[in-house]
Amino acid sequence: MSDDIEEAPASAYDMGHAVEAEELATFAVLVDNEPGVLHRVVGLFAARGYNIESLTVAETDRNAHASRITIVTRGTPHVLAQIEAQLEKLVSTRHVQNVSRDPNGLERELALIKVRGVGADRIEARALAETFRARVIDTNAESFIFEVSGASAKIDKFVDLMRPIGLAEVSRTGVLSMERGEVTL
Amino acid sequence: MTVHQTPADQAEEILTGAQIVVRALVDQGVTDLFGYPGGAVLPIYDALFHEPRLRHILVRHEQGATHAAEGYARSTGKVGVVLVTSGPGATNAVTGIVDALMDSIPLVVICGQVPTHLIGTDAFQECDTVGITRSCTKHNYLVKNVADLPRVMHEAFKIAASGRPGPVVIDVPKDVQFASAPYCGPAAAAPLHHYQPKTAPDPRAIAEAAQLIARARRPIFYVGGGVINAGPAATTALIELAALTGAPVTATLMGLGAFPADRPAWLGMVGMHGAFEANNAMHDCDVMIAVGARFDDRVTGRLDAFSPGSKKIHIDIDASSINKVVRADVPILADAGQALTALLAAVRRERPDPARLADWWTAIDAWRARRGFAYRGSTEVIKPQHAVERLFALTRGRDVYITTEVGQHQMWAAQYFHFSSPRRWMTSGGLGTMGYGLPAAVGVQTAHPKALVIDIAGDASVQMTIQEMATAIQHELPIKVFILNNEWMGMVRQWQQLLHGERYSHSYSASLPDFVKLAEAFGAVGLRASHPDELDGMIETMIDTPAPVILDCRVERAENCFPMIPSGKAHNEMLFGDQGADLGTAIDEAGRRLV
Repeated sequence: MSDDIEEAPASAYDMGHAVEAEELATFAVLVDNEPGVLHRVVGLFAARGYNIESLTVAETDRNAHASRITIVTRGTPHVLAQIEAQLEKLVSTRHVQNVSRDPNGLERELALIKVRGVGADRIEARALAETFRARVIDTNAESFIFEVSGASAKIDKFVDLMRPIGLAEVSRTGVLSMERGEVTL
Repeated sequence: MTVHQTPADQAEEILTGAQIVVRALVDQGVTDLFGYPGGAVLPIYDALFHEPRLRHILVRHEQGATHAAEGYARSTGKVGVVLVTSGPGATNAVTGIVDALMDSIPLVVICGQVPTHLIGTDAFQECDTVGITRSCTKHNYLVKNVADLPRVMHEAFKIAASGRPGPVVIDVPKDVQFASAPYCGPAAAAPLHHYQPKTAPDPRAIAEAAQLIARARRPIFYVGGGVINAGPAATTALIELAALTGAPVTATLMGLGAFPADRPAWLGMVGMHGAFEANNAMHDCDVMIAVGARFDDRVTGRLDAFSPGSKKIHIDIDASSINKVVRADVPILADAGQALTALLAAVRRERPDPARLADWWTAIDAWRARRGFAYRGSTEVIKPQHAVERLFALTRGRDVYITTEVGQHQMWAAQYFHFSSPRRWMTSGGLGTMGYGLPAAVGVQTAHPKALVIDIAGDASVQMTIQEMATAIQHELPIKVFILNNEWMGMVRQWQQLLHGERYSHSYSASLPDFVKLAEAFGAVGLRASHPDELDGMIETMIDTPAPVILDCRVERAENCFPMIPSGKAHNEMLFGDQGADLGTAIDEAGRRLV
């Protein structure tokens, strides 16, 4: 393969959608809870070259054998439509919704953040945590673990502020989503 | 994880897992299956021993079993069934499973697996069958509890055959085959999955499509394998729609036979090696009605120059096929039969006037006059195109089924053999599997014992699954293997000539076997035609021989397959064989990098 891709003519494999800008999207996927179902979804993304920015999965209704998978991905509108159609095509899939398209969509993420520090750093960390409504769930003389939840951007910001103070470790759940009001997936 | 048990009150009798598999096959209407025994599947083979209603065709390699089941399924419309053992049995079957997925062929593939307590221990002949096949099946199962087995068996058939058809794998550990559970039939088995493909078209979309079609001046029907999969309702409605509108019809490689080739509206196959008139009509049309076709790259050529002036109506049962590569102006998510029937009624209400298409047919007739499939004949050497033309002529009026391998011979078969009804043409389209045709012929002949089943083959492809000749002999399946022998991997050689400066890297079929002696070694009849004068006689001998035959047809070695849309070019930029000296420069530097 040559590297002067710009000069190459449209390929037989050219999708013709390169002009579209990529956007973030969150898909809520209700699936039959059975062995391998997560691999079906993740494998679909890997096989077709889609990105996964975050992924959460858990059983949500034991009696109905249902699990809910929330996937944050990135793609052009054309690719996002393909992702939705491909997810719906899986036999184990019950329902797919692009919740980021929905103005009524709520998105939340939970993070555990360990910060090391002594003296003034500890006071600074506590003050910032209060601003972000982060709770202290563990502490000793030289560290805190904060629990913070909210939109992903809020957690990003909290992590950024903790970095100069003594950010030691971050664990995040990935995004959860739900539509406002009485409607359900 | 949760186990979903079949309700005990619906149970009729207690059977072992192996008996459940066999009984479920019978209850699903299966009469024939293709397989190869091995350690992890022996209990099922034992149950099969006691079941006279099932005919088992013993293949010589598990890939052969899957292709045979594909040929069986495509020529009958039924689900093809495969039975193989764990480990290598399952991995050998993978090529055919992918082939069936790409070409939407309904298969149920039952694999033995090591006992559940050994799964994950790297046991003898263990492999992660469900992991390996997850991305190449429509759905798959590992059955760890025998109580689930009746439900899984029946659900697998439903999933394989409904919606966009495809292969389903059921992995059954050996201890599950020995364990016992209540059996229930197809009607009593409660499905676990909420799988319910949408088949009825949206009436508003149908109305919109009908108006577009009635107002069109340059319409074309572009149909694929989905029309054949949808059954007689689709093919009948297509013929009526074409007659009502006066519009021309083209088809993909998979769609050949969906529309009768002897009708004036038939333009021939579309795509890379398709008809000149079909490709130009696709390029210049104002309304394209795509039905059960997926705008494959071999069909579209250069995408940004694909049919630039047309409104596109796309009917497909698979939502992910619509708007995947080409944007549809009127998407219709539905079964092709239901959609075409509704469309026929809606177009009839619009009272289209076929006279509006007079200029369109004038243009089409001009493209036809170019005679894109013309080739230079010979009295000295058999031209491969001529061989297929003679095969077609000498088999007319017979109950004939054609399978192919993959390469030049496949394209010549598609160009020069013509089909007037569906399910007569079996070829590997999406995956392009060399070695498909011979075992597929075994499957077709199993389903149609009295028919004339011919594998149009190449000398390279046929060697990939030649061992299935023994299957044909054992089961008295009188298939005919018609080899267009040019001593090359012809399509590879053609591309090396056109794209790689005539550097024929590893594409010569050195050490070819003597196919006549090879046929005889298998117990089949071997024939050879080396000169045009003996071609007809040999074809007739082949047809009249009531046993498996290999006819080694020695053809022009350097013949290329034309016309051709070169990589990176549009439908109206086809290359012809009679362009002669231009061939070496017809594909530019950038085009060479494409495939």
